[in-house]
Amino acid sequence: MSFDNAYESLVEGHEEKHWAFGTGFTHALSGVDRAISSTVDRDDLAAYCLMLGDDALVYAQRLAEWCAKAPELEEDVALANIALDLLGQARMLLSRAGEIQGTDEDALAYLRDSSEFRNVHLAEIDCGPGPGGDFATTMARLLVFSAWRLALLHRLTGSADPVLAAVAAKGVKELTYHRDHAAQWVLRLAGGTDYSRERMVAGLAVVWPHLDELFTAHPIEHRLAEAGVAVDPAELRSEVDSVLDTVLGAAGLTRPDVASVPGGGRGGVHTEAMAPLLAEMQVVARALPGGVW
Amino acid sequence: MVSARQVAEQVLDPELPVLTLADLGVLREVSEVGDRVVVTITPTYSGCPALDEMRSDLHEKLTEAGYRDVEIRTVLHPAWTTDWISDDGLRKLTEHGIAPPSRIGPRAVGPIPLTLEPPKRRVSCPHCGSARTTELSRFGSTACKALRRCEDCREPFEQIKEI
Repeated sequence: MSFDNAYESLVEGHEEKHWAFGTGFTHALSGVDRAISSTVDRDDLAAYCLMLGDDALVYAQRLAEWCAKAPELEEDVALANIALDLLGQARMLLSRAGEIQGTDEDALAYLRDSSEFRNVHLAEIDCGPGPGGDFATTMARLLVFSAWRLALLHRLTGSADPVLAAVAAKGVKELTYHRDHAAQWVLRLAGGTDYSRERMVAGLAVVWPHLDELFTAHPIEHRLAEAGVAVDPAELRSEVDSVLDTVLGAAGLTRPDVASVPGGGRGGVHTEAMAPLLAEMQVVARALPGGVW
Repeated sequence: MVSARQVAEQVLDPELPVLTLADLGVLREVSEVGDRVVVTITPTYSGCPALDEMRSDLHEKLTEAGYRDVEIRTVLHPAWTTDWISDDGLRKLTEHGIAPPSRIGPRAVGPIPLTLEPPKRRVSCPHCGSARTTELSRFGSTACKALRRCEDCREPFEQIKEI
């Protein structure tokens, strides 16, 4: 058979059509052993995949908000590319979670409410282009988020779960240049004019209160870390601190002196920024339930 | 009948149609039992939107060649690297005005180094061959490409970035 376009072939053979077409993950993940070890709690594994998948999905949505609003065309492209990498990671992780929970990536992305999302607050807060920040704040978040996620995925390449290990190994390559991109912008803004430096300093102060949450383990992360599946985020702190200190040092900046704010994203407690973000991300799927293209 | 491997190897990359999927290194395996074919491919990047197009093209070409039972599988491990682009692929890229990636080899173990300045890579201009080129943006029209400019012939060009 032949198809007029790629989308027809994707629908072909699927009884149900989807909002976003499948990654091929649930049907054809050969070469990666998808069996779950009997020592691993399936619900815990699904919840952990949701945590890491939601971090990527929600942050990708935030990055996409910059498209056509960045200070230069190249940056529109860069932020959209970074968002696409994270979206790819999210799809694989949500597919894995969905497979275990008997649902799919589309339902997980489009039909959950705020309290069902498990992402850290750093992924969801408004760092611009909305009123919550600007390009410098956005680069501050990109630096912290990618330094943290890179350290996490780097360790996760040794996970006892083969799917997590494979997703992590691929993600490490991507997070490496996300982190470099942010670091280079922090240096450029801090080393620019007094005004750009002031904005960079202010941007770091916006994201810094959310740092502690990144290193606070949820009980599920604890349990899975003991099983060799997950990474205890507390173990990432010294590596991430060292990367951030290196960048700040090279930029002639110091750590912002700001108090930490309570986290809770891993438990479904979110900031006031989350509902509007989801409203935009889910509007089409919610307005036209079951609609297909 | 042409072998399934020969058919699959000739399918072009949807975003870099100067390369076949085999040149690009995303075609990992083709196995054939009777008229059943299983093709295994791997994505270049986690979010590569071309993957679905590749699946579709492979399916179509193999079906046209007479294979009635075609399955396209995706593998994630080991992760794709630009080192898997064939020598032929590197040559074709240059011929079509896209600077090829350098060979990077296996990454050293240990912490992943932070790069605070855009790396001063020696990338030759695919148009005039000059080595005096500069990176304009690490991100180009697709995830796998960076944008550069030649300081001698002044032409902008794309480069497949090493990953």
